[in-house]
Amino acid sequence: MENASTGAEGGAVQARSTMRVTLEVNGREHALDVQARTTLLDALRDRLHLNGTKKGCALGQCGACTVLMDGERVNACLVLAVMAQGRHITTIEGLRGGDGLLHPLQRAFLDHDGFQCGYCTPGQIMSGVGCIEEGHAGSRAEIRQYMSGNICRCGAYVNIVEAIFETAVGTRP
Amino acid sequence: MSGLAYARAASLESATEVIGSHRAAEVIAGGTDLLQRLEEHVLPPPLVVDINGVEGLRAIEVDDHEIRLGALVRLNQVIESAPVRDAFPAIVEALIVTASPQVRNLATVGGNPLQKTRCLYFRDQSTPCNKREPGSGCGALEGRNRINAILGGSEHCIATHPSDFAVAMAALDATVLVVGARGERRLPFTELHRLPGDTPHLEHNLAPDEVIEGYRLTRTPLARHSHYLKVRDRGEFEWAICSAAVALELDHGGRIADARVAVGGVATKPWRLGQVETALQGRQATAEAFAEAAALSVQNAVAHGDNAYKLALLPRTIARALTELRERL
Repeated sequence: MENASTGAEGGAVQARSTMRVTLEVNGREHALDVQARTTLLDALRDRLHLNGTKKGCALGQCGACTVLMDGERVNACLVLAVMAQGRHITTIEGLRGGDGLLHPLQRAFLDHDGFQCGYCTPGQIMSGVGCIEEGHAGSRAEIRQYMSGNICRCGAYVNIVEAIFETAVGTRP
Repeated sequence: MSGLAYARAASLESATEVIGSHRAAEVIAGGTDLLQRLEEHVLPPPLVVDINGVEGLRAIEVDDHEIRLGALVRLNQVIESAPVRDAFPAIVEALIVTASPQVRNLATVGGNPLQKTRCLYFRDQSTPCNKREPGSGCGALEGRNRINAILGGSEHCIATHPSDFAVAMAALDATVLVVGARGERRLPFTELHRLPGDTPHLEHNLAPDEVIEGYRLTRTPLARHSHYLKVRDRGEFEWAICSAAVALELDHGGRIADARVAVGGVATKPWRLGQVETALQGRQATAEAFAEAAALSVQNAVAHGDNAYKLALLPRTIARALTELRERL
């Protein structure tokens, strides 16, 4: 199947098992050779050395690998790197506040102790940013529902919800 | 892990040509189920054909008569659609309780009904499964089958279909738009999936060269009065152990003029319950009528041990869904 070409109406469809991709991450473009099988998560961590995005279950169940793709939160473990081409990827390393330092939600996680071991934290924060952007952080109950894709095995949920709620209130027009 | 090849299709025609000529090739859209299978080595396809570059499949088109969903519409896109919420509330309610927000930003309406079962034995390569490996046997029949089906099973397979969206689509008489090498065709959503019978590995009625282009949903008063109720082991991000999509149309005297009932989490495919719908017709919309009709849902049900609780849970879920719906009519 390696780099086989299949004739098809409207032009040949190229099937490849390795390919060169260009990923735009945190505003910078990176060209790299990947296998078809390589996930966006593995490309970010192992190839671009952006280790802030964590690998938990690799099955879309824990949310530790949450990143923004064109501004929407997604599980980086459920995206093939080759399919992330042409999309704007934002990882925890690319998150900035107006002062160029911490994003308001990062600050709120510090203020509210929104973590214990910290492993799920980058995914929680990226998911929280998406949750606020979507307008689903209107109440603590809504935040609990719309943050269900992020698991914290330390159980810091109460403080995570407070951090997101406070940030959402602060950023509401 | 190696051995996966990737191809990008610029049109559905070229995609159908590739999947028609490579039997093991699969279309990839959102990829949320397919990447889990790659990770766990469960029927990993040797070739995926990416259709995300195909134009014209990302829109929700609305007119006075119907709503059309393109195959690449994301689940969250449907949830945020005011026209769909207004005309087909059961569909939006089913999607809100589907997966997580992150998954719903990736997953597509085209792929969702074609996702694979969550049966423990299908997902665990060390066990027998006729769906994953035809002829190897069914681990669930005599095994841990708490999540398995009581409707539509066979001696070869009792895996449930896991989609919530598909249950709502079956209830609301959706039409599937299909494209293949020989052109386009339509089929009723209820005819998309197959019963396991003695070929549980064959899950749907699409030909090898066919791909879902989208769906049509006719706007009706019935569809507008629809509701989805999901029962699960935890409040969020969990598969249904039982669910019901229901719709009611009442006449001026409060009698049920028409009804739709489809259930999930209990059956091998999205399951319409015609006998329950018929029993509801002409009755006053009372709790008693709902309970009597719902009792018919398990007439042909077969339990297998751990899943016997579903014989009681299914009628109650249907009756509760109908009661909740009546309260807002």
